[in-house]
Amino acid sequence: MTEILLPAISILFHGLAFAMVLYLISVGLSVTMGLMGFVNLAHGVFAMFGGYAATTLMNRYGVPFPLALLGAVIIVGAASVVFERVLYRRLYGGAELDQVLMTIGLVFMSVALAKYFWGPLAQLFQPPAVLSGQIDLGFREFPTYRSFLIVCGGVLVTALWLGIERTRFGAQIRAAVDNLPMAESVGINTSQLFTLSFALGSGLAALGGGLGAEILPIYPGYATDYLVDFLIVVSVGGLGSIRGPFFAALLLGITDTAFKYLLPELGSFFIYALTLALLMWRPRGLVGSA
Amino acid sequence: MTEIAAHDAPQGTVGIFSRRHRLRWTEALPWVIALASYFAFPNYLALGSQILATILYGLSLDLVLGYAGIVTLGHAAFFGTGAYAAGLLAAHGYGEPFLGLVVAAISAGIVGCLTGAIILRTSGLTLLMQTLMVAAMLHEAANKANSITGGADGLQGMEVKPVFGLFRFDLYGKTAYLYCLGVLFIGWIIVRRIVYSPFGRSLTGIRENEARMHAIGTPVFRRRLTAYSISAALAGVSGALIAQTTQFVAVDAYGFERSGNILIMLLLGGIGRLYGAFIGVPLYMIAQDQFAEIDPVYWYFWIGLLLVLVVLFARGGALGTLERLKARWSKR
Repeated sequence: MTEILLPAISILFHGLAFAMVLYLISVGLSVTMGLMGFVNLAHGVFAMFGGYAATTLMNRYGVPFPLALLGAVIIVGAASVVFERVLYRRLYGGAELDQVLMTIGLVFMSVALAKYFWGPLAQLFQPPAVLSGQIDLGFREFPTYRSFLIVCGGVLVTALWLGIERTRFGAQIRAAVDNLPMAESVGINTSQLFTLSFALGSGLAALGGGLGAEILPIYPGYATDYLVDFLIVVSVGGLGSIRGPFFAALLLGITDTAFKYLLPELGSFFIYALTLALLMWRPRGLVGSA
Repeated sequence: MTEIAAHDAPQGTVGIFSRRHRLRWTEALPWVIALASYFAFPNYLALGSQILATILYGLSLDLVLGYAGIVTLGHAAFFGTGAYAAGLLAAHGYGEPFLGLVVAAISAGIVGCLTGAIILRTSGLTLLMQTLMVAAMLHEAANKANSITGGADGLQGMEVKPVFGLFRFDLYGKTAYLYCLGVLFIGWIIVRRIVYSPFGRSLTGIRENEARMHAIGTPVFRRRLTAYSISAALAGVSGALIAQTTQFVAVDAYGFERSGNILIMLLLGGIGRLYGAFIGVPLYMIAQDQFAEIDPVYWYFWIGLLLVLVVLFARGGALGTLERLKARWSKR
C-alpha cells in the first residue's frame, strides 16, 4: 500500500507546487486575453523579468525575500503599463497575426536583453533560511519552500477569486469580458480597465516568476521555453476566466510531474496530446466563455 | 514572361479580372536574380540553396497564412515530416532525389490532411495552440524515436543519388543550387496557379469574411482543409530539399524556431502577396549569415525590434510598404 501511496503523495505535492506557479503566471494572461482578445505571446517576459528583478534585488542588494518580491511586482507592473499604453494598445481589435508577431518580437528582444545583462546562466535563487530545508508534517517530511509555495498559491487564488467575484473592479472585469460594448455603454471606463488589468496580470506574472524561481529557473530562454506551458494553461483553462486556468494548471502541473517521475521518456508527448484532445473536446477551454 | 501589349488586353471589369493573373515582367525578376547570383556568388551557393528551399517553405506558409488566413505556429510539422521522409529514404538506399521529393510531399500532405481535419474546426487562440501542439508532438516523437530518426544526434548516413542520374551533389553546391531553383520554380507555378484560381479566390473570401462565404454556399471547411494539405505537401518538399542538399536531418526540423522564423521572414517580405517569401527569406537569411555569426544575442535583439516596428509602422512588410509608396506616388 505505502509503495503506491508514497510516490503518489510525492507527485501530488510537487505537482501542486508547480501548478501554483503556473497558475500565478498564467492567470493574468487569461484575463487579458479574454478581456482584450489579445494574443500575447510575450506574457512570459513579464514573469521572467519579475524573476530577474527578485533574484537581483536579493542577491546583489541583499533585499529581504518578501520585499524583493514586492519590488519585482511593482517594477514589472509599472513597466507593463508603459508597454500596454505604447505598444499593445495599438493592436487591440487588430489582426491576430499582428499581435502574435509583435509579441514574438518582444520575446526575442527580452531574450537578448536578459542575456546581455545577466549572462546565459540561470540565476541563483536562495529562499530565506526559514523557508529552506524540510518540514515535518507528521507522516513524512516535505521541502519547506514548496509547502510555502502551495500555501502561498492557495491564499492568492482565494484572494483573486474573491477580488473578481466580490469587488467592484472584479465586476467590471467580468462585465467587460462578457460583453465589451455593453460594458462601455453602461459607463465602465474600459480603457482604464484594460491598463489596470494588464498591469495586475503582469504583476502577478512577476510574482509567479519570483516565487517560482526554484521550480522554473530564471535564465534568458525562460520566456520562450515555458511559453508553451503558459499557453496550455490558458487555452485549456479558457480565456477570460479565473477558475479555468486554475484547473488547467492543476491538471498540467500534476500530470507533468507524474510523467517526469514515472515515464520520463513519454512526458511532453503525452501532455501535448492531452492538450490537443482537450481542445478538440472543448475548443473554448474547460470554463471558457469568450 | 512577356508583358501584355496594351492593345490586346481585354477592357472593363472582365479586363481587370483576366489581367490580374497574367504574368508581369516584374515576376521574372526573382528568377533573373537567382540565376545571376549563381554566377556572381560562387562561394555562397550552399547558403543560396538553403535560401531557395526556404523560399518554397515560405510560399507554402503564405498559402495558408496569407491566403487562407489560418494563423499557424506549427508549420514545421510538415517541413520536418518532409525532411525525415526524404532523409530516411536516402539513408536506406533509396537516394533518388525526385523519389524523395514525391514521398516527402505525399507524407507531409497526409500529415497535413489528417491533422487539419482535426484542428481546422477551431479558430483564434485554440487553433494557434493546436497547430503548436501538433508540431510539438512530432518534435517529441522524432526526438525520442532514437532507433529510427537518430534522436537528438540527427539522422545520419544519407546517400543522395545524382539528379537525373547525371549531376552529383558537389562540394560547392552547384547542383544543389540549381536543383533547389528548379523545384522552387515548379512550386511557385503551382502556388501561383492556385492563388489565382477560383479556389484561391474562395480562400481569400474565407479569410476576409467566413460567414459570408458560408452564406453563399462555399464548403468552407473543405476548402481550408484542401489548402492546408497542399501547403503541407509543399512544406514537405522544402524540408526534403534541405535534407537532401545538406545530407542531414536534425530534430530541430520539427522545432518551434522552424515554425516561428519563417513567419518572421514572411512578415518582413509581406504576407499574402505571393512574393513576400522571395524578399523576406533572402533578406533574413543573408542578414543572419552576416550578423548572427558575430553575435547571436544582438541578432535576436535587432530582429525582435524590427518585428515590432514592422507590425506597428510598416504593415505588409517590404512589399506592403512598396505598394503604399507607389500608391502615394501615383496620386500626385
